[in-house]
Amino acid sequence: MSILDIIILLPLLGVLAIAFGAPARITALGVTGANLALGVIAWILFDPSKEGFQFVASRAVAKVPEISYAVGIDGLSLIMLLLSVIVSFCAIWMAPKVESREKLYFSSLLFISAGALGAFCSTDIFFFYAFHELALIPTFFMIGIWGSGEDRVNTAWKITIYLAVGSIILLAGLIAFQSQLSQGGMTFDLITLQQRAADGGIPAEAQGWIFLTLLIGFGILVSLFPFHSWAAPAYASAPAPTSMLHAGVLKKFGLYGLLRFTPMLPEGLETWRNLLLVLLIGNILFVGFVTLAQKHLDGLLGNSSVMHMGYVFLGIASWSASTGEPIGPTGAVLLMFGHGVSIALLFGLAGKLRESMGTLEMEKLGGLGKQIPIFSFLFGLAAFASAGLPGFANFSGEVLVFFGGFQGYQGEGFTNLQWATVLALWGVVISAVYMLRAYRNIFLGEQPDGFKATEDVVLMQRVPCTILVVSLLVIGFYPRLFSDLLTF
Amino acid sequence: MPAIYLEAAVVVLGIVLMLMEAFVDKADKSFIGKIGIVGLAVIFLGLFMVEGPKDSNAHWAIWSFYAVDPTALFYKGFALITTIIVLIMSLDYRGVIQHYMGADQEKPQAGLGEFLYLPLFTCAGLMWMASAKDIVSIFVSLELVTISFYILVAFLRRNVGSLEAGVKYLILGALSTGFLVYGLTWLFGLSGETGLAEIAAELGNEESPMNAHPQALLFALALVIVALGFKVAAVPFQIWVPDVYQGAPTPITAFLSVGSKAAGFVVGYRIIEPFITSDAAPQLVTLILAISGATILLGNLAAVPQTNFKRMLAYSSISHAGFLLLALGCARAAGDDVKVEGVMALYLSGYLAMTLITFHVMCLVRDQLGGEEITTYNGLSKRSPFLAGMLLIAMVSLAGVPFTAGFFGKFYVFLLAMQSRFYVIIAVAVIGVGAGFYYYLKVVKAMYWEEADDDRKVTVPPLAKGALIALAIIIFVLGVYPSPILNFFS
Repeated sequence: MSILDIIILLPLLGVLAIAFGAPARITALGVTGANLALGVIAWILFDPSKEGFQFVASRAVAKVPEISYAVGIDGLSLIMLLLSVIVSFCAIWMAPKVESREKLYFSSLLFISAGALGAFCSTDIFFFYAFHELALIPTFFMIGIWGSGEDRVNTAWKITIYLAVGSIILLAGLIAFQSQLSQGGMTFDLITLQQRAADGGIPAEAQGWIFLTLLIGFGILVSLFPFHSWAAPAYASAPAPTSMLHAGVLKKFGLYGLLRFTPMLPEGLETWRNLLLVLLIGNILFVGFVTLAQKHLDGLLGNSSVMHMGYVFLGIASWSASTGEPIGPTGAVLLMFGHGVSIALLFGLAGKLRESMGTLEMEKLGGLGKQIPIFSFLFGLAAFASAGLPGFANFSGEVLVFFGGFQGYQGEGFTNLQWATVLALWGVVISAVYMLRAYRNIFLGEQPDGFKATEDVVLMQRVPCTILVVSLLVIGFYPRLFSDLLTF
Repeated sequence: MPAIYLEAAVVVLGIVLMLMEAFVDKADKSFIGKIGIVGLAVIFLGLFMVEGPKDSNAHWAIWSFYAVDPTALFYKGFALITTIIVLIMSLDYRGVIQHYMGADQEKPQAGLGEFLYLPLFTCAGLMWMASAKDIVSIFVSLELVTISFYILVAFLRRNVGSLEAGVKYLILGALSTGFLVYGLTWLFGLSGETGLAEIAAELGNEESPMNAHPQALLFALALVIVALGFKVAAVPFQIWVPDVYQGAPTPITAFLSVGSKAAGFVVGYRIIEPFITSDAAPQLVTLILAISGATILLGNLAAVPQTNFKRMLAYSSISHAGFLLLALGCARAAGDDVKVEGVMALYLSGYLAMTLITFHVMCLVRDQLGGEEITTYNGLSKRSPFLAGMLLIAMVSLAGVPFTAGFFGKFYVFLLAMQSRFYVIIAVAVIGVGAGFYYYLKVVKAMYWEEADDDRKVTVPPLAKGALIALAIIIFVLGVYPSPILNFFS
């Protein structure tokens, strides 16, 4: 039994324990806390000098085609695993007081966490897919039952249908992918498939349409423009822990998938790179301007999360089989981590603010900095991280992504990738504008009339915030901790 | 013991219960159902001891029209389990039966006895159908099933809906029987044989009329497909389904939806499979795929606006028939990797578990809350967390969420279709699955988000609880470990 089995199973056992009467919040916190510890242990035990997957374990489920419940992590999945355990633990710690059906609330959160962990640790593409879907119904519950806003019913439907359709398109793509590599027996084992693909498995034209199917499938799950409209309203109306887990962790599943599959479909990326570049510019600039126009903090955070996906896509798009050590994808992974942690902190804090102030409309807030200094300090850190200030993980990621765009540039004319990179740079300005403006509106200036007094972040709640901020700073100042783990 | 003894045992059990019902007037008649359940369970155990022709009985004429192969054994078990659950459901539905059968002081149990033993005869027919490998025995067993269903569908004689359902089922059932007989006659005329294996063997004979007249063969097969389309509820022969499902007593709707559909697919597979895998009728695959695509699309899209739960499930049942037809259509390109038979069996097993859970919950809710609209389920999670949990499992499985049987069924169908390169129909299926999420989750939403009008509770009898838990376990086991069923056919 691998350590990864325990990490995946623990949240599910937590759900069982809650169903049989264990106190919901304590159990959930204990389980995710244990997972955080196990995740760090896995990081320590992980040997970066070895190639391939570590901590592998596998149990066959079906013979034809070969499907097994198989786990294992390489550098990429290790980073995702760390992201998941950190955010899960903090999301549950920061969960507000639950008025009704506390059991269902925490069970749903644990399901989402287990789904993400399982997807990142699976080395079988069937289970990789299946685990991700585990989070679908709990999200539907969370938004529908505990969501805020008048439109939450529509929002819940929208996210559920969007993600269900995206998943099923993805499933079709995955099946098509493995059926192209079925010489020597159909299998869903990722390691075997990687081997076969490296031996020149898939003909170029098939790569083209399979890559497109996967791009649409994963793209819907990551809110790639123009399939992004589910994301912002869903994050705005979901309860804070759900937004933290979904925007912070679960959405990275699609990016993780693309990073996994793109190296196996090099011709596919070549064929569709220009399309991907156009769409990701849509994410950065179009959604960027939409974000500028937001009047509510939750809408702003939701849209900014969609916008930042554009940079990650840019990192993926800069991957190329011919460059020796592509730095774009490495930057993408760092950015995934940085974004996941910073957006989780932002959503967590915004949830607290909604709880105490009753609104997140920025016009109605102001001057909170004097009243709740620690809160505004933490929020400031997260907002600056998100806007890409040096010293935070997001910055190292974004910089590497931009360098990746110009990797191998010899001084002749720009390619489409480089034009896209230049355009994307303007996104950094947009993020700085809306983040600073939000900060000014909420924490600086005069307090509006009829203003309620509120409490600062209590001591207990500083723990998860500190964990999140420290992870951002550590990776921001010393990105080699992660980048040395990655090979593309 | 020869396999045919099982059907005989079921018929004998049915006759014994019928006589008991007639002579024991005063006692609580639910004992008939209980004896039936125990008896069928014992017969189910007998399934593990049966054998086909052997030295001592190889000369029996029955072996020429009665198959004992994995398919036959599997679907006999399938029919038995379905009938057992239907009987348990009927016990929970007795209040409704007595109400519409005009139970009063004099006859407090009017109609209950008959309702509990008639399913046994249907079960015998279904079991025989699983073994039928000759067009005559196919026809006779199918009629046994259909005629007992005629009675059961129209059973609630003081309920207009049930009567309407009965009439519709009778007329369209008879019509489809006509198509079937006519089609089988043509097949017989072309081949001169009644055994399915012999007919298929004629395909290899260059001089056979079957190969000389491909149009005639196609005509015969089209007629058979029309008839089976009625049985399994495929578009455009699905018109009767919503009304009949809605009007029939709920346990019988469940029986129709699971037992009748499975039997239709067994027979369909036995008759049509040889023709799909040969070149005799190349248009056949296109025809089946077209029907399957239309069925998936119509079933799923028409289910979306439904407000009556039973009617919605009728459309859901249509859509599942579409997926099964798609599997059937892939029989040619599937090769030896993934067996179409195994995939259909896996799909139907998952379908059995999730559909029976749904109808069982529906019986309990109808009996205790008195409604079949989706709004009746508002706040069910407060009225009975157990039932709401069960229905949640059934709904996510029907929608096809991973780690449930429903997902594995769809997954293998997609796999077959991808191997056969039927890309258009995969796109159609994607739309269907997407729509499915909406209407199945609509029920989940009613149960968990909405508030109930009053604080009535729904109680679950122990027998029903056991049955529901067993079915839920089937859903989860098949959702992670489908191999037992797939291996059974290889």
